[in-house]
Amino acid sequence: MIECKNITKIYKSEAGETNALKGVSFAIEDGEFVAIMGPSGSGKSTLMHILGALDSPTDGEYLFDRRDVAELSDDDLADIRKNKIGFVFQSFNLLPRATVIRNVILPLIYSGVPKEEREKQARAALQNSGLDESHFYHLSNQLSGGQMQRVAIARALVNNPSLILADEPTGNLDTETGEIVLETFQKLNAEQKRTIILITHERYVAEHANRIITIRDGVIVGDEKNIKKRVVNYNHL
Amino acid sequence: MILSDLFQETYSALFVNKARSGLTILGIVIGIGSVIAMVSVGQGATGSIQSSIEALGSNLVMVTPGFQRTTGFQASAGRGSAQTLVLEDAEAIQNELSLVKNVAPITSGRYQITAKGANTNTQVSGVTAVYSDVRNLQVDLGSFISEQNVGNLSKVAVLGPTTRDDLFGENSNPIGQTIRIKGIEFKIIGITEAKGGTGFGSQDDMIYIPLSTAQRYLTGSKSVSTINVQAINQGSMTILQEQITSLLLSRHNIIDSTLADFSIMNQADIISSASSITNTLTILLGSIAGISLIVGGIGIMNMMLTTVTERTREIGLRKAIGAKKKDISAQFLTEAIMLTFIGGIIGVVLGWLISLAISHFGGITTKISLFSVLLAVGVSGFIGIVFGYYPARRAAKLNPIEALRYE
Repeated sequence: MIECKNITKIYKSEAGETNALKGVSFAIEDGEFVAIMGPSGSGKSTLMHILGALDSPTDGEYLFDRRDVAELSDDDLADIRKNKIGFVFQSFNLLPRATVIRNVILPLIYSGVPKEEREKQARAALQNSGLDESHFYHLSNQLSGGQMQRVAIARALVNNPSLILADEPTGNLDTETGEIVLETFQKLNAEQKRTIILITHERYVAEHANRIITIRDGVIVGDEKNIKKRVVNYNHL
Repeated sequence: MILSDLFQETYSALFVNKARSGLTILGIVIGIGSVIAMVSVGQGATGSIQSSIEALGSNLVMVTPGFQRTTGFQASAGRGSAQTLVLEDAEAIQNELSLVKNVAPITSGRYQITAKGANTNTQVSGVTAVYSDVRNLQVDLGSFISEQNVGNLSKVAVLGPTTRDDLFGENSNPIGQTIRIKGIEFKIIGITEAKGGTGFGSQDDMIYIPLSTAQRYLTGSKSVSTINVQAINQGSMTILQEQITSLLLSRHNIIDSTLADFSIMNQADIISSASSITNTLTILLGSIAGISLIVGGIGIMNMMLTTVTERTREIGLRKAIGAKKKDISAQFLTEAIMLTFIGGIIGVVLGWLISLAISHFGGITTKISLFSVLLAVGVSGFIGIVFGYYPARRAAKLNPIEALRYE
């Protein structure tokens, strides 16, 4: 469903040109759970922005559901993000003074879902992400980090996107809560066949996926498939 | 994004920052409120001046004598003492012109009046019976000068309420008593109703006597000092004015109209020149208040710019989940318009209360017109658009990646 062909990205600034991506090519099929791994400065954030239709590549082709999105306008990119992609960010990015439900409803407002159906869909997405129902009407800034990330996952799921893009989703969480969030992704992938791309700099986190693409200095240096999935050991909990 | 969503987002955004939104709205409230109050003072002044001019009577054309201008020699007599108009001129106007409803010639002068030891100096007008119709004069006690009084050269007088108060004490009933004008005794037959005229010579401080009596005993001449001509309707006033001019020119044997020995004033002219003064006053007051409105608008812009900076990450997130530029700019523009609109409505109420207070405690007539209210609300909405546009555009143009990273 996703195909990158020789993607380059050059940032121009007064200091000169930065070659963030130097010809990246790979393909991801429907239902895959892929980790894109690399140290900071490797170009993985740039790649994530392009995959998430937040930015356009300088050169190369990016096919999303067989449609080339490299040349689209800002508004068309917004449409792709709205209908096809769900984002999960490191810092959750919830509206702090809005309720949990309201946060999850937000994407539905932009995609024009009728008012009556919004709450039902939001509740379904929240249950899917594993947040306890007692929190649905709390303000989002009263939740713990793990609960916030579940709300963010629900917000990413609510539009039923073809791709979930998680950018360091465990970066702001302790190991234990991070595990629970990663397990949620594994479950969504295994049970609902959702396509998930996980951006991380930690091997340990990346090993929760089925496939690890390693990127360094703007080029892909490794593509390991059929990772023996790390299974969370709950015995110590 | 549908409208009701937009309003809900706006409501929650403004409600989160209650104090800041409230203070920003206050700026607009003061601006709109002062515009409403100031304009109401100006329009009140216009209204009261117009009504005092209209109290002179309706559809009036006033002919007054003037000195005859002759080439090479300028008569030095003042207009008031010129004696170029006579009773026959008034009769000719009445009989020869079809657009005339009534003609009321008067002769007036100031005299010392005495009554039972009290004395005053006031205007004495010699009038005919139609004068009360022409000048819209109502009689409070007794009756006005009648045709008979004029025909018989009766020595009777009708007093204005102020004159009555001066000579006989407030609210007394002096009918049947006598006063002395220039040493001649006059019997009081009526008191006119108070008109409360201001500015253009109070009609309350006045004594009316029959025209014939005044000419015979007081002025001793056939001349009149003003001929009040009432037109049949407002539309015919201008034509009537021209007809009177040509009639009098031919009666006075004057060929060149620039040498006319009389002048004609049209009530509409007086009103329009008075209105232009008060309109200037209204504009002056309104523009001073308008400055505070602009300051309020800048307050809106300031708040919106702060808001956009504060909510950069939120904007980034909204863009990431699919908000387009127009969604973002609509959201911030709606917030700005909502602020000014709420401020505008409260400001109208406040301005209305202020103008009530001004007229209640300050004794100045104020008038709030629907126009000024609509203008104020329209202007406040417009200010929201103008001062909200730049911040909204700035928000819409934010790059989602940078906005999401913003700390």
